[in-house]
Amino acid sequence: MSQHTISPEITHAPEHSEGTGRIWKIFWVLSFLTIVELALGYFLYFKGENLSTTVVLITKVVIGILTLLKAYYIVSVFMHLGDEVRNMIMTITVPLVLFVWFIIAFLWDGNSWKNMRNTNAGSRPSIEKVQTVPVKEGDRK
Amino acid sequence: MSTTTIPAGTKWWNGGKSPFNASYGKVMMWYFLMSDAFTFGAFLISYGTIRFSVNDWADPNKVFNSFPFAGHANLPLAFVSLMTFILIFSSVTMVLAVHEGHKMNRKGVEKYMILTIIGGAAFLGCQAWEWTHLLTGEHVTLLNDGTMSVLPTTASSNPWGLPLAHEAMVAALQKTPHEQLVNIASTIHHGGTEVAHNTSAMSNPELINMISNSEIHATNLGRPAFGSYFFGITGFHGFHVLSGVVINIIMYIKTKLGHFDQRGHYEMIEKAGLYWHFVDLVWVFVFLCFYLV
Repeated sequence: MSQHTISPEITHAPEHSEGTGRIWKIFWVLSFLTIVELALGYFLYFKGENLSTTVVLITKVVIGILTLLKAYYIVSVFMHLGDEVRNMIMTITVPLVLFVWFIIAFLWDGNSWKNMRNTNAGSRPSIEKVQTVPVKEGDRK
Repeated sequence: MSTTTIPAGTKWWNGGKSPFNASYGKVMMWYFLMSDAFTFGAFLISYGTIRFSVNDWADPNKVFNSFPFAGHANLPLAFVSLMTFILIFSSVTMVLAVHEGHKMNRKGVEKYMILTIIGGAAFLGCQAWEWTHLLTGEHVTLLNDGTMSVLPTTASSNPWGLPLAHEAMVAALQKTPHEQLVNIASTIHHGGTEVAHNTSAMSNPELINMISNSEIHATNLGRPAFGSYFFGITGFHGFHVLSGVVINIIMYIKTKLGHFDQRGHYEMIEKAGLYWHFVDLVWVFVFLCFYLV
């Protein structure tokens, strides 16, 4: 099989395998991961009320990790990013590290907001409790 | 200082060699997708922040528990799983189309592009059904003015609050005007049309008695942000799917006309494929955030 050069700037095209075996293998991996996610989802649905919040949280984190694994397979194999030059992979994946801060900071904020809703931690003293400092004669101009 | 002569028409940014060994179009498609990932990410994180900040967010297993032609059967996660598998499968046919493109096999590309377009259209059909079901669904809800009413799930109305105690519902029904009682009573008898026909002629105490004795699951009002986020984010994703289907149709026509054979490569199919896989990728996260957890 000949590689078709797209433009003279591209000196080397990645070798594409002849068979479709890898594509179908990833299809089955993605389907399997989705089924595991669904099983965990149903586990939470049927047993969620009897479980401690820690177990529920761990299950949700596991579902999240499985989703990230699915995303990795889609990007790496279906979108062929894994076959690109390493520098190109880096220019795309390194900025996405921003999401680590983005997710932690904002969910933390949402949770703190809930804590303030449920306690009076966020309330301000009412107007009667605020001490008024009498104005001294010298300050008045 | 001596100056070197520079040939006219030198392209300063054209070193004669792509640093990433990829064409300009493909690299820029990746950067576009990266920026789009931030857009979707910002939407989903904003949704997560608001969801984390309240105690009574809607339970997705209660909201999304229906399936076409299954009536009122309680089937949580079933329909979205079908939508997920449709999108994964159309992603596979897309990558197979790209694979046939590398082999310069026009017939193969055409076949798999058609299958991908069908998959995308099937997904959009599913989403249209789901939206219609939510927008036209009627749920008996306690309003802020203390009366009971039937509400659909829209961008501004959300009937999926905490469950309402039976006594609280009966008390609220006493304050509810006649037309709202008739509307509530007509949701009880979905099958029996003759009963629904009579409800407008019934008196208020008769209607209240009928509603109180029925197996109705009344709720408090939910957060309006639920519908706004759900329709906003799935709508934005659905619009991506729609534009992906349109791009795929254009690619199919261009393949059929032999444009890529003339050009000598099928790189346009690859670029359209990148966009299509991205749409699948976003759905994986929408599925996680709205339905699974």
